Amino acid sequence: MEKEAYKHKTGFWQGVKSLMSGARLTLRHFANAGKRRKPVYVSDDSYFKQPDGLATLTYPYEALPVPDNGRYRLHNEMEDCIVCDLCAKICPVNCITIESVKATEDIGVTSDGTKKRLYGPVFDIDMAKCCYCGLCTTVCPTDCLTMTPVYDFAEVDIKNMIYHFTDLSPEQAQEKQRLFEKQQEEMAAAKAAALAARKQQQG
Amino acid sequence: MLAFLLTLMLLLSVVIVLAYAERKVAAFMQDRLGPTEAGPYGSLQAVLDVLKLLQKEDIVPAQADKSLFKLAPILIFAAVFAGFAVIPFTPDVVPAGIGIGVFYLLAIVSLDVVGLLMAGWGSNNKYAMLGAMRSVAQIVSYEIPAGLAILSAVMICQSLDFQEISYQQGVLLHAFPGMEYETNWLFGIQALGIDTTTIGGITTWNIFRAPMLLVAFIIYFIASLAESNRAPFDIPEAESELVAGFHVEYSGFRFAVLFLAEYSMMVLVSLVAVVLFLGSWNTPLPNIGAAQLANWTTGSVGALSGNLWAAFWLLSKTFVLLFVQLWARWTYPRLRVDQLMHLCWKVLTPLALAVVLAAGIWRLLMI
Ligand code: SF4
Ligand code: SF4
Repeated sequence: MEKEAYKHKTGFWQGVKSLMSGARLTLRHFANAGKRRKPVYVSDDSYFKQPDGLATLTYPYEALPVPDNGRYRLHNEMEDCIVCDLCAKICPVNCITIESVKATEDIGVTSDGTKKRLYGPVFDIDMAKCCYCGLCTTVCPTDCLTMTPVYDFAEVDIKNMIYHFTDLSPEQAQEKQRLFEKQQEEMAAAKAAALAARKQQQG
Repeated sequence: MLAFLLTLMLLLSVVIVLAYAERKVAAFMQDRLGPTEAGPYGSLQAVLDVLKLLQKEDIVPAQADKSLFKLAPILIFAAVFAGFAVIPFTPDVVPAGIGIGVFYLLAIVSLDVVGLLMAGWGSNNKYAMLGAMRSVAQIVSYEIPAGLAILSAVMICQSLDFQEISYQQGVLLHAFPGMEYETNWLFGIQALGIDTTTIGGITTWNIFRAPMLLVAFIIYFIASLAESNRAPFDIPEAESELVAGFHVEYSGFRFAVLFLAEYSMMVLVSLVAVVLFLGSWNTPLPNIGAAQLANWTTGSVGALSGNLWAAFWLLSKTFVLLFVQLWARWTYPRLRVDQLMHLCWKVLTPLALAVVLAAGIWRLLMI
């Protein structure tokens, strides 16, 4: 395509013409103010093109739906978590803190049939540190750690950015710990008894 | 006293509407929504803004010239507000009908400039001082083309009384004492032989009685934008480049008064333009044969209907002009200082002089 040099136009009528065209432009936008952008999903035709009308949405009341596979706030479905610690290990910013307590009794299976053996008295994700890389969700063997479409969760106090997902209260956690220790002691005692008995037999 | 209070109330309500309209018009022209939260469609936004300003701390800088600093906003507002005294709102209602209203208006509004300088100087702040100097230079310069444009209208009407000028521009011509035997001719030329005295409507507006007043109107409108420091002539208080101009040190109630004065100035210059050029409180609809549109939409002088119709037409024409002011603000970029002075001294002033000459000759033809 041949490039045309821009000729600078001057003169009274040119000035009037350019003033009029500017005025027409703003008046056209003013006249189209009745039309509004709609909060539609990305698959909608009008998502990327909006020929006229107001572009703003009244945000907290209406918002553009986010894509399903975007990366936003994490959620852990604790029922299905086997506390395997994989997510905490892969997290590049170490924002997942997990403590585990071995269960003394049978605590059931997850929804995909994996056997649960551990309690998670602490399962904290610090969303302020999280870089939303999504690695933790890919390694999770039971798919219980997922991204939700929530992206607007600013907090006044940064402590509130740490999300606690554990389903045990501190008392319950202590109880489980006590039970586990008791079981360990019993097992140790049983072992000691067995050892002593064997020694006696040999001796 | 009653006229004072009524005018003040009317002015405050018009200014509140204007401040809200300014934000909405700006938003719509820029494809935004504007205020939406305060009241239905954000209509209480302007009221709340004023309430907020009233609650703010009233700061007088320690190094300021305190008496000047405190007096300036009052003087600025008083000067603008005093201008409303001579504006005829209806055939019967004019706060203070004096025979030399136009002259008085030009004189009293110029007092505004003194207030601006006092504000700039009193703040003892170099930015305020520079802003005030720019404002004053601009206002004083633009008073010349504005004054000449007004002069040409005065020459056509042969009167300095706003009320008389208003009566001349409509079907009520004969109702004004002393003008019972006057006639309005189309374009003011008797030789054309078309008597518009009873047709009224838009045909008797000043811009039709003497077509060169259309040019005078455009000159006056441009100059009045500059006089009220509105875009595209708002370099003294260009928000995007300067902090604020002459009122940079003002806060709270004093700032609210300056803000009010600025918007009142917009309303006042629009009112003057309507009264002098666009038929004042007269209806734009002419009488055509049996359809007595002008008479129907004028009412009778002295009765309630006449006053209501007149107030309606005056206010709606004023709001149209105010909309054009806002429209210009959100369309055109700001002029540079040299362009501003070029426009005033090399374009508008010579043009206005030519219009004054043409108006004089036209007046001779009108006799
Ligand atoms: S998304 Fe990335 S940064 Fe955030 S918790 Fe998961 S692994 Fe860590
Ligand atoms: S990877 Fe999944 S199952 Fe394992 S601890 Fe993390 S959330 Fe729980």
